[in-house]
Amino acid sequence: MGVPPRERSRAWGRVGAGGTLSTPASAPTPHQRREPVHPGAWWLWALSLGTAATRTTNPLLLALLVTVSAYVVITRRPHAPWARSYGAFVKLALAVLLIRLLFTTVLGSPIPGTHTLLTLPEVPLPDWAQGIRLGGRVTAEGITFALYDAMMLATLLICVGAANALANPARLLKSLPGALYEMGVAVVVALTFAPNLIADVQRLRAARRLRGRPDRGVRGLLQVGLPVLEGALERSVALAAAMDARGYGRTAQVPPAVRRTTAALTLGGLLGICAGTYGLLTAAGGTYGIPVLLAGGAAALGGLWLGGRRTVRTRYRPDRWGARAWLVTGSGVAVAALLFLAAARDPAALHPGVVPLTAPTLPLWPAAAVLLGLLPAFVTPAPEPALPPEPEPEPAPVPAPVPAKEPS
Amino acid sequence: MIRFEDVSVTYDGAAEPSVRGIDFEVPEGELVLLAGPSGVGKSTVLGAVGGLVPHFTGGTLSGRVTVAGRDTRTHKPRELADVVGTVGQDPLSHFVTDTVEDELAYGMESLGLAPDVMRRRVEETLDLLGLSDLRSRPIATLSGGQQQRVAIGSVLTPHPDVLVLDEPTSALDPAAAEEVLAVLQRLVHDLGTTVLMAEHRLERVIQYADQVVLLPAPGEAPLLGAPADVMAVSPVYPPVVGLGRLAGWSPLPLTIRDARRRAAPLRERLADREIPDHTPPPSAPLPAPPALRPAPFRRRVRLRRKPEAGPSSPTPYAAEVRSLAVRRDRVQALRHIDLTVSAGETVALMGRNGAGKSTLLSALVGLVEPSAGSVRTGDAVPHRTAPRDLVRRVGLVPQEPRDLLYADTVAAECAAADRDAEAAPGTCRALLTELLPGVTDDTHPRDLSEGQRLTLALSVVLTARPPLLLLDEPTRGLDYAAKARLAGILRDLAAEGHAIVLATHDVELAAELAHRVILLAEGEVIADGPAADVVVASPSYAPQVAKVLAPRKWLTVAQVREALS
Repeated sequence: MGVPPRERSRAWGRVGAGGTLSTPASAPTPHQRREPVHPGAWWLWALSLGTAATRTTNPLLLALLVTVSAYVVITRRPHAPWARSYGAFVKLALAVLLIRLLFTTVLGSPIPGTHTLLTLPEVPLPDWAQGIRLGGRVTAEGITFALYDAMMLATLLICVGAANALANPARLLKSLPGALYEMGVAVVVALTFAPNLIADVQRLRAARRLRGRPDRGVRGLLQVGLPVLEGALERSVALAAAMDARGYGRTAQVPPAVRRTTAALTLGGLLGICAGTYGLLTAAGGTYGIPVLLAGGAAALGGLWLGGRRTVRTRYRPDRWGARAWLVTGSGVAVAALLFLAAARDPAALHPGVVPLTAPTLPLWPAAAVLLGLLPAFVTPAPEPALPPEPEPEPAPVPAPVPAKEPS
Repeated sequence: MIRFEDVSVTYDGAAEPSVRGIDFEVPEGELVLLAGPSGVGKSTVLGAVGGLVPHFTGGTLSGRVTVAGRDTRTHKPRELADVVGTVGQDPLSHFVTDTVEDELAYGMESLGLAPDVMRRRVEETLDLLGLSDLRSRPIATLSGGQQQRVAIGSVLTPHPDVLVLDEPTSALDPAAAEEVLAVLQRLVHDLGTTVLMAEHRLERVIQYADQVVLLPAPGEAPLLGAPADVMAVSPVYPPVVGLGRLAGWSPLPLTIRDARRRAAPLRERLADREIPDHTPPPSAPLPAPPALRPAPFRRRVRLRRKPEAGPSSPTPYAAEVRSLAVRRDRVQALRHIDLTVSAGETVALMGRNGAGKSTLLSALVGLVEPSAGSVRTGDAVPHRTAPRDLVRRVGLVPQEPRDLLYADTVAAECAAADRDAEAAPGTCRALLTELLPGVTDDTHPRDLSEGQRLTLALSVVLTARPPLLLLDEPTRGLDYAAKARLAGILRDLAAEGHAIVLATHDVELAAELAHRVILLAEGEVIADGPAADVVVASPSYAPQVAKVLAPRKWLTVAQVREALS
């Protein structure tokens, strides 16, 4: 085209005189993108809280952990489709809790207990099923133990849900090394498959209603299955074509020597990691385990770095790991570290006994430590307010209601 | 810039080549329009420019396609990504990332441009397309016109020499379409970008084209020439050309402005003629929609909360909507809608993308529950009526007719429709034969053309003989011939006494069919009146003939032809 970029940008003006601006106030002010916190920081924070949860079965502490993560999620999650997954995780956690309690009730519990809540009729099982019990006594101790145990698992799930809601999974994959980026894009595209599938199912079930068939029930779901899969497949092919046409998978020419070195480093590194891990885990390999593991890790990283030279791709506005990211990560890691410490020093407070049945108490300083996890709610920027889907702007004047004036 | 040398494409398993003898050249910096009826291979020709045909679609391409000197035979689509930007028919299947800004940057990232260049071009493109307020919005939350602009922006950022667009304005309302076309024109004029696009709605784009490539029929060699010359022989032409052909103007006018300059004598000739009423009210009331409410299904009507709002108070109208409000996902989609549709009346619902047209149709078939107000179709409250009873009161042909079709042959589809509607076997097939002769029983619905598929869906819906018929964007992807056929079918149905409501962006269709036009904006009715009055009053919604022959309210070429004869 031969137009120098500068002239080009001067020529590029604005179409349709403020056409898309819905609020006049926002027209002159340049839009400021609030620097979002690095998604990795959110994941580290949430996983740290989850790790902290594995150190305790105290229901009060676990409830506090859930509250802390929920507060941060509610105040800081962006208004984006992926942020709605939090609710799904909470439901999943509740389901885990209920299933665990149900199993304890039906299958009994190894915890000896004296407080019998109810006695279910016991099903006599044949000899070969020894050790399995169906029905029988349900004790308060057994139920309480199961509840504490399930709460721990539920808290862990809710923490993972928090990470999902706070950090855009696509942006996290952007932080992958260059050699893995293309794979990351494929994963992201695959992840968007499920929501699209759900939208398709909803649309086609609505269409069943238009045909005069019931739009509820399992049969309805099965009958739309094939068209939904067909549509999903077609869309995938269209997307693949679009991605290809936009340069997905372009590679740079690298000398064969570099290519071979890359392969050797990556393979050798992975082997080293395997051998090192094996060494660490066996009693005899304690001496060579750590050095081999480190060498393997270094070689694999080198391979990845060299492999990155094959991709020509650059990054648009990569997320920076700033002070906020350090604070977010730090608060999570602090919670985890302090609970590890507490579990070592005062295991009784973090694992309230169930035999004999006692009411759990809130240990003060571990509780204070958990509250540290609230820090992200104060140091990170608030999400942008939600906007309803904007209708298209329309410069055309609204026609007068009838009778319209006829220009003469 | 783009050069086709005796290209023909044969897809795998096809006996005949889809396109044959394509041989033309698009010079740098021109906007070339690819026109022709449906099914002549326009998309194939467009795909061949970016190398997607045959690298991606399979098939055999003979001849040679070169773009900016690169042969698509030896260059894969990804290696042409820096010279060709392609936007397909459905912008949603084009997006790789999830926010506007990332989407604009994606192509440049793949090409490996420097971060500061990317940043500058994203800002430029946001401004050029008027998207800067949407930059961090998830793409899924944008309206259709916004998505189309993002799709165009996303291929513009790598500064391709060639832009290939497949039906860029088909899904857009008139105003949004004008915006997109203004952008394209600026690219051609200011940046020297070469644009090749296919579009069915010629009335929107013909005036911007430097040249037109016409594919007259499947397998025929293309015709290349200046727009006015090609339009003189083309089987597809916009109303303004139709008017010019009728009046014998030469050279043919392509814009309203040209036509108005020539139209003074025609206006004089028409001055004392009466405007023929092309949408006569039904001569007779609907021939009694059979057994509207036999006793058995009274109990199937679910009366959950308000029994008094049940079937006890039938409305004399085909549809009656009173102070209806609908909220969807915390968005007020409709508010204070008052509306009645009588038997035999055709109503066009118009308004920009996202104004609530589809929501209103959904409320009329009970797919969404009103949050306030009432909806009644005949004697039923749609969202409380069991689907099998509702189909005999109201039928909707959705935006994507394929959603309605499940079976793998036309015959099976028709048989299922008879069962669903509890109609006599063969009803649907008879309807289909009447509306669309020449479709064999064993055709797969997927293999039908857009227009044929729409007609099949229409037959399926009509099998239950609903007094109220709703159509959502029926002309998307239809060429002029298919559109004219649809208009004829709908006019006959209205004359039989069906009440018809169509949500459409197509002003020409509305002008041709509708007795009444209702304009929606932000979920409210802003105009409701006779079609001629409402559409003529608005520059966006006025049909071309009305603009040329203003101030009198001539709407279609057919009216003028009738008055002159």
